[in-house]
Amino acid sequence: MKKTLLLLCISLNCLAAEPTSVRQAELRHLLKNDCGACHGLTLKGGMGPALLPDNLQGKPDEFLINTILQGRKGTAMPPWKAFMNTDDALWLVRQLRKVPQ
Amino acid sequence: MAFNVQAELRATGDLGLIIEREAGSALIIDTTEHKQLARIDKLGDLSHASVVFSRDQRFAYIFGRDGGLSKIDLLQDKLDKRIVQAGNSIGGAISQDGTLIAVSNYTPGGVKIFSADTLELVADIPADYDNGKLSKVVGLVDAPDQRFVFSLFDAGEIWTIDMSAPKKPKIEKFKNVGKFPYDGLITSDGRFYIAGLFGESGLALLDLWEPEKGIKRILPDYVKPDEQLPIYKMPHLEGWAVADDYIFVPAIGKNEVLVIDKQSWKLVKAIPVAGQPVFVMARPDGRQVWVNFATPENNKLQVIDVKTLNLQSTLTPGHAVLHMEFTPRGENVWVAVRDDDQVLVYDTHTLKEIAHLPAQKPNGVFFTSRANKIGF
Repeated sequence: MKKTLLLLCISLNCLAAEPTSVRQAELRHLLKNDCGACHGLTLKGGMGPALLPDNLQGKPDEFLINTILQGRKGTAMPPWKAFMNTDDALWLVRQLRKVPQ
Repeated sequence: MAFNVQAELRATGDLGLIIEREAGSALIIDTTEHKQLARIDKLGDLSHASVVFSRDQRFAYIFGRDGGLSKIDLLQDKLDKRIVQAGNSIGGAISQDGTLIAVSNYTPGGVKIFSADTLELVADIPADYDNGKLSKVVGLVDAPDQRFVFSLFDAGEIWTIDMSAPKKPKIEKFKNVGKFPYDGLITSDGRFYIAGLFGESGLALLDLWEPEKGIKRILPDYVKPDEQLPIYKMPHLEGWAVADDYIFVPAIGKNEVLVIDKQSWKLVKAIPVAGQPVFVMARPDGRQVWVNFATPENNKLQVIDVKTLNLQSTLTPGHAVLHMEFTPRGENVWVAVRDDDQVLVYDTHTLKEIAHLPAQKPNGVFFTSRANKIGF
């Protein structure tokens, strides 16, 4: 069933498969701790740039997803594709675009 | 009674701090009793925090990610002073004579130096390069003759500052040391400063006894670009690992600990380990070297036998092993296990857990014995 859905998604170029709630919790944990190690716990930046909504304005989803999955050559940003798929990365980008509470 | 007892008498020599990353708090702990004495709150963003101690071991200075510099009174369990001195910081150092606190900043890139007593600004040193750009500063350490040494991540430079005359800092710059120095260490004798390079293979070495000889590049080709693994967490060199004429450093982009001969500066051995090393720390007597790792291997600790240069043991303390600290003579090591909300204490001889303390998302353990060590 899952496989069929996945295939369907690929064929429709569908990116919107929302991660399960368990997976969302894992991704939130990763964002806070692993991304936070360089971008800061509050995402105001550190070794890596700030990732607050204002900082991401004008940067398309595809660009950000690609940065997360593939990393940025010549910088300290590693590829995270071993830890997540495109849906996960899109979900992270959407979280980052929300104004933090 | 010969004196009026107002509080429990306390010496500070076996105290320490545990940093609680998300709560922005620090626990004052007794390293002999394995117990918490107090919690100090409202210390800001401690997601990357480090600590130095005054030479009388009464005060702890905490460097927070958000530019906060907090001075804690370990005798009175209270925050003595706190300033926010920059937008984004990475660590600091205390001067040889204990009178100055230096902080290395990402934003604005540079070093600020404060009075250890009052936290008033003494010197502001922007890390300028390339006609007015500011570089992030990393690897800031104290050095003999009242100096500080640090590296400029973006500029690829190493600077020394002589603070003998606090009003007139004497800066010496070493340029083109290599691409993206990410951290630095100073050997316990205060002679050699070594910066690890992120942007290319190798390390940059400065002999502070002979600075006129400039920077020497060591291990220039230990990792080939095409075999470099992704780096999920920047390693740390703070907490030098010098044992038995060798320096132990984390490899960048390889799951190895590199053993470098301190005389020839050649690679003696690359020890394969469980993951990407983050902290590589020698037990104070140099008999063992302990290593923790970046995600996804951050549930492990590995112990290297310095006599044979082989792995002695692999421990699995729990989820997200972020930092460790040895007791002054090394019989115990305290291990911060973030996602299990605890700090474990191991006997380093038997490698058995002997105690554990609850702590909220701990990411660092720092003991007052650092007060008397160069580079801490």
